[in-house]
Amino acid sequence: MGRRVEIGATRERAAVKGAGEGGMGRRAGGGERPDSGTPLLEVHDLVVHHGQLRALDAISLRVFPGEVYAIIGANGAGKSTLLRTIAGLHSPTTGAVFFDGQDVTRVRPERRATRGIVMVPEGRRLFESLSVEENLKVGATYSRQGPWTIERVYEMFGWMRERRNQPTAQLSGGEQQTVAIGRALVANPRVLLLDELSLGLAPVVVQRIYGMLPQILATGLTVLLVEQDVSQALRVASHIHCLLEGRTTLVGTPAGISADQVEAAYFGLADTGPASPPGEGE
Amino acid sequence: MAWVNAIIQGVLVGGLYALFACGLSLMFGVMKVVNLAHGDLAVVAGYIAIGVITVTHIPVLLSFVIVVPLMAVLGYVLQRTILQGALDRSVLATLMVTFGLSVVIENGLLQFFTANSRAIGTGLSLVSGSFSIGSQIQIGYLLVVVFAVAVIVLLGLQYFLSASRYGRLIRAVADDREAAQLAGADYRHVFGIAAAIAFGTVALGGIAYGMYSQLQPTTGTDTILLFAFAAVVIGGLGSLWGTLLGGVVLGVAQQIGAQISISDETLAGFIVFLAVLVLRPQGLISRGAPS
Repeated sequence: MGRRVEIGATRERAAVKGAGEGGMGRRAGGGERPDSGTPLLEVHDLVVHHGQLRALDAISLRVFPGEVYAIIGANGAGKSTLLRTIAGLHSPTTGAVFFDGQDVTRVRPERRATRGIVMVPEGRRLFESLSVEENLKVGATYSRQGPWTIERVYEMFGWMRERRNQPTAQLSGGEQQTVAIGRALVANPRVLLLDELSLGLAPVVVQRIYGMLPQILATGLTVLLVEQDVSQALRVASHIHCLLEGRTTLVGTPAGISADQVEAAYFGLADTGPASPPGEGE
Repeated sequence: MAWVNAIIQGVLVGGLYALFACGLSLMFGVMKVVNLAHGDLAVVAGYIAIGVITVTHIPVLLSFVIVVPLMAVLGYVLQRTILQGALDRSVLATLMVTFGLSVVIENGLLQFFTANSRAIGTGLSLVSGSFSIGSQIQIGYLLVVVFAVAVIVLLGLQYFLSASRYGRLIRAVADDREAAQLAGADYRHVFGIAAAIAFGTVALGGIAYGMYSQLQPTTGTDTILLFAFAAVVIGGLGSLWGTLLGGVVLGVAQQIGAQISISDETLAGFIVFLAVLVLRPQGLISRGAPS
């Protein structure tokens, strides 16, 4: 995995570095973390194996209500594994996941969803033989009480109402991603897990999708997202958590970390100096 | 005229085959379980019906009301226990488990009911009665009723799958089990419901077959399961109406074969089955989805 990072490193490094600076500029002066009170979601010392491979090694994180917590990292860093473990699709070897103060480590994924941990999976994963509206209806079947209804999703995305009876295969990638988000929203999650929203989408489409985030957050949601596109993550996140080969290499706010630190943490470069120590302390 | 008669008989018996096949197709479509005990379960339903009628002397039609829900409950329970346990290991394990189930059922029936064949006697003119069109065509009421029931069952199933909450969940789980879990759906419960439907429909087919012909402990695999497979393959896997089309094509082929020579009945059906496998392996209706 490490080797693959190095192959495309030069170009990717430039992108990461530029992104870090851009994010810094926009976030300068803001982004204080509301780390008072109890975290909505807490991951404690999580170790996850894929067969022999140690995919996640002692990962801890705390997500507070109203935050946008972004997990960044290169391919194979373990970002998606982390998100899937929080959603309940992987069982950790050791460690625990707490949601709203309760240990949910052994709770089945469907029970986590009904409690309020809802994930938009990587690659959208719409029900392909179901129409747009049927996809939303499945999402709403075991919905919690809350502000989101299918009607509200239609109000937010007018095109979806017009095309509600179409099979999802006829939609563009960006539209499919939007339906996938809508399907998660109608379940009225308390924390929304977004796995690689930008995957396979044009940059302008990615911008538009992330542009919806403020509206979604305004309804009182907390967002935990995984993103390979670092510049995008730095733009929207209130908190950044960088993974490298299953380990935490950097934690901080976009305002509080430099582009060099992000770059070092993302690629695991020793020559740019030590990154901030892993863990929750700032 | 004899040929027309053969075709009409074939079409009508196709309804019976559709009842055999639709549950097999549903279980494969939703949970990728090839239920090799499918036919034996139909026979079990038939024997239960015979037992219930013998003991309680209730009218035959009432036995459907008892046995079909009973088999549906059995389907749910078997799916949530034995079949789910096998599924958790691998899809291949479900083949082994359903094969084992088939062996156990057949030998159990042989043990307790001997190898004698039994029919479900109804005492109704419905079963033995028939009407004639012209001099050559004679149509039994029973087959007409069974065909009508098959069409009603398929219509009901289609409505259930396309319009109801659980039908939607069944299709969603068939598409993407994990994504359905993320939407809060317990796929094992949804599997159980699909199995209940499959067992209920094949129970209907089994009792009807007991009225139409005779049941033996081995009828489940040597007739019902084979015909169900043939109907599913001819019609196209995963298509509800494909099972009716497949059943009808199989039935017509058999009746035409029987018209040529009575010993060619089964052979003709399987020749069509093989021809479809070779020439159009995706089935006549390729993939219409259950809706």
